[in-house]
Amino acid sequence: MKRYVHFATACILWSLTLGAAAAQSPGPLRIEITEGVIEPLPFAVPAFVAENAQAREFSQQLAQVVIDDLVGSGLFREIPRAAQISGITNFTSPVQFSDWKAVNAQALITGAVSANADGQLVVKFRLFDVFAEGPLGSGLQFVGSSQSWRRMAHKVSDAVYARLTGENGYFDSKVVFVSESGPKNARLKRLSIMDYDGANVQNLTDNNAIVLAPRFSPDGTRVLYTSYETGLPKVFVLNINTMQKRALDDQPGMTFAPRFAPDGKSVVMSLSTGGNTDIYRVDVRTGKRTRLTAAPSIETAASFSPDGAQIVFESDRGGSQQLYVMSAGGGEARRISFGKGRYGTPVWSPRGDLVAFTKINNGRFHIGVMRLDGSEERLLTASFLDEGPTWSPNGRVLMFFRETRGANGAPSIYSVDISGRNLKKVRTPGFGSDPAWSKLLK
Amino acid sequence: MKVFNAGGLVIGALLLWGCNAVVPNSGVDLNEENFKFDTPEFFVASVGDRVLFEVDQTTLSPEAMSILDAQAGWMAQNTEATALIEGHADEQGTREYNLALGARRASAVQNYLVSRGVADNRLRTVTYGKERPIEICSTETCWSKNRRAVTIVSVTGSS
Repeated sequence: MKRYVHFATACILWSLTLGAAAAQSPGPLRIEITEGVIEPLPFAVPAFVAENAQAREFSQQLAQVVIDDLVGSGLFREIPRAAQISGITNFTSPVQFSDWKAVNAQALITGAVSANADGQLVVKFRLFDVFAEGPLGSGLQFVGSSQSWRRMAHKVSDAVYARLTGENGYFDSKVVFVSESGPKNARLKRLSIMDYDGANVQNLTDNNAIVLAPRFSPDGTRVLYTSYETGLPKVFVLNINTMQKRALDDQPGMTFAPRFAPDGKSVVMSLSTGGNTDIYRVDVRTGKRTRLTAAPSIETAASFSPDGAQIVFESDRGGSQQLYVMSAGGGEARRISFGKGRYGTPVWSPRGDLVAFTKINNGRFHIGVMRLDGSEERLLTASFLDEGPTWSPNGRVLMFFRETRGANGAPSIYSVDISGRNLKKVRTPGFGSDPAWSKLLK
Repeated sequence: MKVFNAGGLVIGALLLWGCNAVVPNSGVDLNEENFKFDTPEFFVASVGDRVLFEVDQTTLSPEAMSILDAQAGWMAQNTEATALIEGHADEQGTREYNLALGARRASAVQNYLVSRGVADNRLRTVTYGKERPIEICSTETCWSKNRRAVTIVSVTGSS
C-alpha cells in the first residue's frame, strides 16, 4: 500500500511591500554571535493583524511560532504580551515607538495575515528598530497554502534573524530522524521527518526492519538510509514525495553510513566485505561503485566538504578511532584529530570552516567541533552517550541524540549552539535518534 | 537420519566443563539427551553458539577458540548444516564504527571456522553493531555479554 506523505508544500512567493521606503537604518541594532556571553536581544511580536475573517485563526499562531523560533535560538528575549502597553491593530498605521521603548523592546516585529480569493494565506511582516524609531529593511510578503502557515512564520523568523545577526537563519527547515520504541533489547525503529521545531511529524517507513541514520539529498527530495529489510545492512534511497524506495545499488556486501555529495549525483558510503570496511563512492544513476580507501583498518562515516572536493571520515588505521581528511577522489589522507580519546561521526559544516564530531574519552561521550586542521577543538556537550551531530543550515546549531544509561536507557534528540550554549531537547513523539538537518527550504 | 556420535558427545561434554566462557543461551537442562545431536538446539545448549570479545577488540581468546573448535566439530558431523555468524558490539561506541567492528568480529569467527575445516560457502556473516544487545544494563557485566559473535546454524532437510 502506497502511503503519500502530505507536506505543507508551499508555493511561497516573495514580494516587497509598498511604502515604508523611508530611511533604512543601517542597523546599530545587531547581535554579534561570538563565543562571548551574549545578552539576548529583547523583542516583541504582537499578534499578527487578521485582515479578514478567514485569517483570524492564524493571527496568534503565526506570532507564536516567530516568538518560539527567536527565543529558541537563545539570542533573543521576548517582552511578554502581558507587559506590552499597546498592540498592533493596523499593519499600515505608524508605530507608536514610545510604547515599545517603554517596555524595552529593542526590536519590534509587526505582521498581518489575510486569506486571498484563492483560499491562500498572505502573510506580511515588518521589522523595526525601536530606539532608532525606524524600519530595519523592507517589509516582506509571503503567499502560500493555509497548511503551510508554519513555514511562512519560519520564513519571517529567518528574515528577522538575518537582519539582526547578519547571518542566514535556520528555521524553515526539516529534520529526518529515527523514531524508536520498545525495550532496549527489542527496539523498533522507523524513519520519520518533522519540522526543525518538532511540528508536523510524519513517518516515512514502518518499523518492521531496523533502519539507521537517514540523510537528506541536497535538494531535500530524497533520503538515504541503511535498512536491514533484506537481512543485511544495505543503503536505500527513498523519494519523500513519491514514497518510492530502492536499494542504492544491486551489488553484494553490507553497506551503511551513506551521504550524498553536494551535487546530489553520487553517494559516499561504507562497504564491509570479508570483515573489512572501506569507503566507496557510488554513482546514483548507474549504481557504479568506486573504491576510495583500501586499508585493512576500519574506514567509515564519510562526509563531504560543502564544495564537494574533500571528504572527512573516521578510521582506526593509526590504532584508534580518529578523523581523517582526503580528496573526494580518494588517495592520501591526513589525520586531523589529536586529542586524547576516540573520535567518530565527523560532519563537515555547511560553512566549510568546522567539523563536528562525537568524541569518547574516559567513558564519557561528547559532541565537539574543530577546525579542519584539528585546531581549536571545543567540546560542547558531555554525557553517558551523546552521538551523531548534524548541522543547522546556517552552521550555527547542532542537533544530535543523547541516550540515557541503564536498562531503561533511551535516546532523545537535542540541539546546542556551537558556542555550547542553549542545550535543549527537541520534542519527538517517542524516543528519537540519528537526526539529519535539511537545508533551508525554498 | 544421522547416527548418534558418542565420541563427539564426550568431547563436547569435556569442552563444556572445561570452558568457563561458555554461556548457553537458554536456561536449559544440559542433559544432552533432551536434544538430538544434529539440531540447532543441541548446538546452542551443548556446543556453544557464541564467543565474546574484549572492548574494541576482534581477536579470539583461547576460550573462544575452544568453543569455535567445538562448533567446527559439530559442522563436520553435520555436513548439511550452514551457519550465519552475527557480529555485535556494546553501546560504548558510535553507530557506524560498531557496525564495522561487528563485521570484523563475525569475519574473525568465519575465518577461524574455515581454518578448522568448515567450507567457506557454508558460512555467511552479518553485523548488527550495537543494534541488538542481549543485556541491557550499562555496566561491564552487560557490555561484556553484548560484545559477541553468535553462530546460528540451520539444518535443512532431513533427519
